[in-house]
Amino acid sequence: MHELSLATAIVDTCVGRAAGDRVVRIRVEVGQLAAVLPDSLRFCFELAARGTTAEGAALEILETPGRAECQGCGGKLTLSSPQGRCACGGRLRITGGDALRIKDMEIA
Amino acid sequence: MCTTCGCGSDAVTFDGDHAHSHDGHNAHSHDGHDHSHGPLHANGTGHSHDHGHASIGEHGAHHHHHDTPADQTRTISLEQDVLAKNQLLAERNRGWFAGREVFAVNLMSSPGSGKTSILERTIRDLAGDVPISVLEGDQATSADADRIRAAGAAVVQINTGTGCHLDAHMVTHGVERLNLPRGSALMIENVGNLVCPALFDLGEGARVVVVSVTEGDDKPLKYPHMFRTGEMLLINKIDLLPYVRFDVARCIDHARRINPDIEVLTLSAETGEGMAAWYDWLRAHLPSSAIRERSSQRDAAVL
Repeated sequence: MHELSLATAIVDTCVGRAAGDRVVRIRVEVGQLAAVLPDSLRFCFELAARGTTAEGAALEILETPGRAECQGCGGKLTLSSPQGRCACGGRLRITGGDALRIKDMEIA
Repeated sequence: MCTTCGCGSDAVTFDGDHAHSHDGHNAHSHDGHDHSHGPLHANGTGHSHDHGHASIGEHGAHHHHHDTPADQTRTISLEQDVLAKNQLLAERNRGWFAGREVFAVNLMSSPGSGKTSILERTIRDLAGDVPISVLEGDQATSADADRIRAAGAAVVQINTGTGCHLDAHMVTHGVERLNLPRGSALMIENVGNLVCPALFDLGEGARVVVVSVTEGDDKPLKYPHMFRTGEMLLINKIDLLPYVRFDVARCIDHARRINPDIEVLTLSAETGEGMAAWYDWLRAHLPSSAIRERSSQRDAAVL
């Protein structure tokens, strides 16, 4: 549900920067630990873009895997959901995959 | 309608008895008033205010583009956090709270865990001790605000309409309507939802997650994002433990698997059991008590 807020933020940022030009493509990085469903974001983006200069723009979602490093055993692992502890019992430090970032856009 | 600024939003409404009403509106210090209320028009969502002033700078560039052929596209690098605007407003709230020595708590849980009951009891038990004000977030009705008001605290109800969470901008507007005393606590009761509120920083000093024993003890594993960002977990309704299958130790273990640093208190807002420890935690986090403690240490050093 919060994907609608996020989609609206993406549309507003891009439409604002495009300053009247038509936005044809937006690339967004979505980490697997960012608590965002890509499909839901796509659906909401279409709604949020309607009636703006980003209407019909392609939303390209670059999914990045969750990454963590164990403070105990030093092991590096990939995560699909946030975890605080390694199998060895050590604390995990999230090192990647929690970003939610507008990379760039194409305007015409 | 947004009664704080009269901006006519049907999506988000504010209702409270400590309103500065339209004086507050004239006095408030958003730069570019017309733009700053954008989020309240957009289904109560945290949309960016960047258009407006920001885009004026782009206009020169925009006119240039008319020279390029229509089928040609240009790539513009943005590299911007989607939640950047909310983050900025949250930091502004945080600075405002720090300046007033207000400890703001973002209280989050699924619906029905007892957030409002915990607040009611806290307000009554700490009357005359810790001044407490409340922002109540719900999709609709002022039922919770009425309960808080009856308990004796100043309250503003924020109705998010279809919105599933509070954002920093709503809190900014809500706080304008509360005359927060220096050294007080502001309890922000978020919309009952264990998913969406986790993403939105409100500028709070601490995040408190409530789970009740009538829910499953596996909630932390099912909703890890919420538990990952909390400082404190309150396990409520422990008076019902004899009647439900809820393993407190398992719940705590699950929460710490996600967030090893999370503090945990078990309590019952109904019977009052365990509430004293919650009050101690609250008092210890009030900036004014930290200041008092520092100054008494200084006095001791002088003596």
